[in-house]
Order: sequence, then C-alpha cells, then structure tokens
Amino acid sequence: MGTAAALILFLVARKFHVEEDPRIEQVENELPSANCGGCGYPGCRAFAEALVKSDDISDLNCPVSDSESMAKIASILGKEMAERDPVVAVVRCNGTPGHRTRTSIYNGAESCTIASSLYTGERGCPHGCLGMGECVEACNFDAIHMNPDTMLPEVTDDMCTGCNACVLACPRDIIELRKKNKKERKIYIACINEEKGGVARKNCRVACIGCGKCVKVCKFDAITLENNLAYIDAEKCKLCRKCAPECPTDAILEINFPVKKKVKEEVQ
Amino acid sequence: MILTFPKGGVHPPDNKLSAGSPIQVLPVPGTVTIPLSQHLGAPAEPLVKKGDSVITGQLIAKGCGFISANIHSSVTGTVARIDRLPDSSGYRRLMVVINTGKDDWQEGIDTSPRIIKNITATGGEIIKKTLAAGIVGLGGAAFPSHVKLSVPKGKKADILIINGVECEPCLTSDHRLMLEKGEEMIIGIQLIMKALDVKKAVIGIENNKPDAIKHLNSILKEYEGVTVQPLKVKYPQGAEKQLIKAVTGREVPSGKLPIETGAVVHNVGTAFAIYEAIQKNKPLIERVITVTGKNVANPSNFLVRIGTPVASLIEAAGGVPEDTGKVVNGGPMMGKALNSLDIPVTKGTSGILLIPESESSRRPAENCIRCARCVSICPMGLEPYLLSAASENKKWEMVESEHVLDCMECGSCSYICPSARPLLDYIRLGKSTVSHIIRARKQ
Repeated sequence: MGTAAALILFLVARKFHVEEDPRIEQVENELPSANCGGCGYPGCRAFAEALVKSDDISDLNCPVSDSESMAKIASILGKEMAERDPVVAVVRCNGTPGHRTRTSIYNGAESCTIASSLYTGERGCPHGCLGMGECVEACNFDAIHMNPDTMLPEVTDDMCTGCNACVLACPRDIIELRKKNKKERKIYIACINEEKGGVARKNCRVACIGCGKCVKVCKFDAITLENNLAYIDAEKCKLCRKCAPECPTDAILEINFPVKKKVKEEVQ
Repeated sequence: MILTFPKGGVHPPDNKLSAGSPIQVLPVPGTVTIPLSQHLGAPAEPLVKKGDSVITGQLIAKGCGFISANIHSSVTGTVARIDRLPDSSGYRRLMVVINTGKDDWQEGIDTSPRIIKNITATGGEIIKKTLAAGIVGLGGAAFPSHVKLSVPKGKKADILIINGVECEPCLTSDHRLMLEKGEEMIIGIQLIMKALDVKKAVIGIENNKPDAIKHLNSILKEYEGVTVQPLKVKYPQGAEKQLIKAVTGREVPSGKLPIETGAVVHNVGTAFAIYEAIQKNKPLIERVITVTGKNVANPSNFLVRIGTPVASLIEAAGGVPEDTGKVVNGGPMMGKALNSLDIPVTKGTSGILLIPESESSRRPAENCIRCARCVSICPMGLEPYLLSAASENKKWEMVESEHVLDCMECGSCSYICPSARPLLDYIRLGKSTVSHIIRARKQ
C-alpha cells in the first residue's frame, strides 16, 4: 500500500508541477534575506519575483544590499539597474531632558503611536521625540538604540542599511533618510517643529525658530525655510559648516567633523 | 420594572459628591478662548477677525458641511486674536480669544426664567434652528445634534430615548439639570419628538437618582407620550447602544447606526439646549459642568460660558488641592487627563475631576493571566485581551476580524483587569489603524 501511495504522490507531483523561473531563486540568493520590507514588498522572495517580472527595474531597489550585489542581480537579469547613493537614518530631534522640561507624566501603554494620539507628550513639544523607542523595535539590523542620557534614539551609521523601517515606525516623522557622506559626516537641522519661533522655543531650547539666518549664509542654496522651519537639502549641501555657527538656538547639528581651529584654540 | 442591558458591564464606585449641590452660575471670565473645533466633524470657519466687537450669542464661526456645528460668542467683548492655541491634548488648534466687556446679549434672545410651553415651530424649523444654534450632543461625544434629528431617507424612527443615565462616576451635571430644569427639558423632548415625528419618548435614568425620577414623574403628568424608565446602576449604561438595548430590548447590528432599530438617543443636556434654542432663541453658549474630586473643597455644578479656562472653574470650587496628581476632563472612566489648566471649557466638557496623587497613576502592567474577566464584562461582547494583544503585535487583519470597530472605548476592560494591562490603549490603536486600512482599501 505504501508503494501505491508513493506512486500516486509521484504522479500527482508530476502532473501538478509548477515551472518556476529559476532566476527568482538566483536573485533571492543575492538578496540579504532580512525580509525587512524596506523595498516595499513583503519579504525578499516577493521582491525577487518583482525584479524578475518587471521589464524596467530602475524603480526597484533593495536599500539593504550594497551596489555590488545589486549589480550582480542586474547582470543575472540582464537589465539596467539605477545607481543609488547610500543613505542613513537621521533623528531630527535634539530634545534632551536638558533642552526641554518635563511638563507631565505619561502613564499609558509604552508606545509612541499611542502616546502621540493622546497628547503632545511628557515634554510638551507636539513634534518632538516621545522616547519610547518604537523605532528601536522596528529596526531589524540593531542599528538604532535609545540613549538613556539624552532619551533620544541614536543611529549607528555603519549598521544602518537605510531600509526605512524606523522612518515608517515613528508616528511623528522625526527620522529621515539622508545621503551618506564621507567619514559619516553630516549636517542637519535637528528639529521638525513648525510652530512660530516663540512657541517653538517655549517647548524646547534647541528648536528651530525659523529665523532664516542659515538660509542667508548658505552659498549653495541648500537650505530652505518653510512654515517656520529650515531644512538642509543633503544633496545640495557641501558640508561647508557656515550655517551651524549662525543658528541662535543651536538647532543645526554637525556630526563627525573635526573640531574647528578657532574653537580648539579657545578650549586650550 | 427596573431594566438594564444584559451583556457585561462593571460597577465602579459612583462617588457622586456634587449631587446635592445646586447649579451655580459662574461669573463671566475676563477672557474666553473659544475653540473652532468643539464637535465631531469638520472644524467651523471663523466669521470674525481680530479687533471685531462681538456680542453674546453672535455667530462667530460657521459649520463646514453637514457634520459640523456653528459656534457663537459666549460673551460680549472684542476679539483679541484668532490663533492656534493648545487644546486639552496640548496640540494646537484654531481658537478665537475674546476679551470680555459688559455682558449684553444679542437682540431676540429671551434671558428671562419664564418657561414657554407652547410649541409653535414645525419639525423642519426645529431642525433648522438646532443647526443654527450650534447644538451638539452634550453627553460627551459632541456629535452635531441636527444630524441626529434628520432621519435618513427610507428609515423611520419610532421611539426617542433621552439619556439621563449619567453612568460615569463622579459626574452630576445631568442629574442637577434634571432636578432644576426638568420642565424645560421635557419641553425640549417634545420638540425633538416633533422633529423626529415620533409619538413615544422614554427618559432612561439609573435608580441611584431616585429624586430625579420622582421629580420628572411629577412633571410628566401634564405631558403625553413621555415616560421615565428607571434603570439598574451599571456602567456603561449611558452608551447609546447599551441604552437602546436596556430600554427597548433592540440590538443595534454591528457596524450599523442606532436608527436601524428605530430608536434615536439624545442626552438630557441636549434636550435642554434644544428647548433654549427653539423657545428662547438662545444658541449653545453655556453648559453645566461638574467640578469634583475627593479632596476638592466644594464639589459643585456650575453653569459655565463656553471658553472659560478650566483653572477658573477649579478656583470657584475651592482651588486645586495640594496632593492632586491628575486633572481629568470628563469622568474617571472615559475622561482624559489634562495637560494644562489654561485650556478652555468646550461644548463637550461634562466635568472636571481632580484625582489625588495616591490614586492617579496606574499600577505597572503585569502578564495576562487569562482570567477572561475582560471578556465577561465587555458590553459589546468582544474579547479585549485578544484585541489588545493582536494590536500590540500589529496583527491588523486579526484585529479587524475580531470586530475592533464595535468597541466604543468605555474602558471597562482596563478597569477590571487584575494585571492592570493597558487593554484599551492598544485597542484604540487597533481601532484607528484598522479604520485607516479600511479607508485606504475603499479608495
């Protein structure tokens, strides 16, 4: 009877065998198997299928893979793959306990989304980080952690793959993917508060007050001012560092730069 | 016979400390801040600008669309500014700030205490005037009342239920209103009956308010078609669906509106507001608010102009007690903690509750022990522990298939949970996420 069953199974398997494009398997092997969803597809397999099926793959990108493996995939498929600059997640809030006072105590479920739907948060800023770490939970690559001193999330740049998961997780849209620069240098405005200057400043000492000083000093038109909030375009920014000293509230952060000569002398 | 709804429910201690304190008129404050979004639906559009003089009862913002409500000036004075100011959640919303002067009322508003019994308005006029007077449901949800008065085509209302349940512990504003403005309220009920074209109205009152039941019964001898139905004390009896079930035995189908059962529910406060709007020509510019709490010097009920800062209400009740840990807008079950005392009173504010520090924080959440108490008390027959866990783990399909949208956020599950789990917090998250998903699917 066992033999008969085996035979039936064999014949059924033969009859209903589905021919699959072998390239799907090949492409999938090149993908990182992180199933992070950063590409917009539910998992690496689905993304591989999409890559094989579509004629134009210039819109499809795995943020986690390096350009080498993407080029390999392109060669397997014989299609053109667009070059993409590597990106890294940046937390646009610098509301440490020293910069904003605590105005209330949150007692509800430990979830930024829930707290944000209820009120402005413990520190009163309607735009700032709530500090419950939903972005940390969302990260599949262990690249973002809460700093217990600043109570803000911190990104470890070389671990960050730019998969966008933390950006989607943050209910306040604080996290942004920005172009990676040499030596992990970056200049950005660590604030997304669109309130008028006085109101923004009341909530947080290092809020952008929309004064526009940085806009005037920038030679490359990289900084725009909209709704009382300045924004530095990472594509246009040449990292000249002219804007940061202009900011009256220290809302512009310079990361991984050597200490400026003048400042160095002053310190000495 | 004393009725109640059959499924679930809890019995929190009712602590109605201010039940014996008559409604006091709170003096008009120096400035009022009137939010342009005090109701469910689209915010109203301002009709005044900075520097304009306004008079009590003047229309200052017009409702946008069908589900919206007009807003009137609650004082006489000048508009100081129209700005985005923090509301009870701390987020900024458009509000009109008015510096008050002499308290003159707009012409045509009858401010005398005379009761006008004779109803001359037709059904259509009643709906129109309710819309013009900016009346919203005063039970708490602040749903525009004219929408509930306009029965959709093809549907027929056969019973009007008036919600005098006030099942929320601590609050007594509806109770006092029934005692002090009973007759006016009943005329209001007659007006609503005329607008809906129904012959029968039932006032549902929990039997912890025997004085209100007795008082209304004595007035009702003169009025036909209106009866009082005493109800067993049980939270959340004041919820629309539970009240319909308790009074008529009819069940609102899942995902449907109460009108499907032929019942329309209005709050006692709304009935009084409709009386004032139609018989006295007075728009909704003031309401009764309970200020209470264990350590509050004088727990009271105040008749307050819309836009009065919460701080001045608390001041009138004897100030903030020293050990206050939380100030809640509403009752202890469904109310929301306030971020600041400078925020104004709105049409939907039914009470201000000051909770002492020792009782104000939640116990730390422990693991679910699968006791299923939340399941047995859920008045909607849901499984809160399951919904909450599914929502916490972002299993939205499951949250949806377990009927999360039937949840009315009464908070009974969080109240009863022996492990102090934040059940409702996650269910609310699930509710809003699922409704977003459904909306996206429809597009």
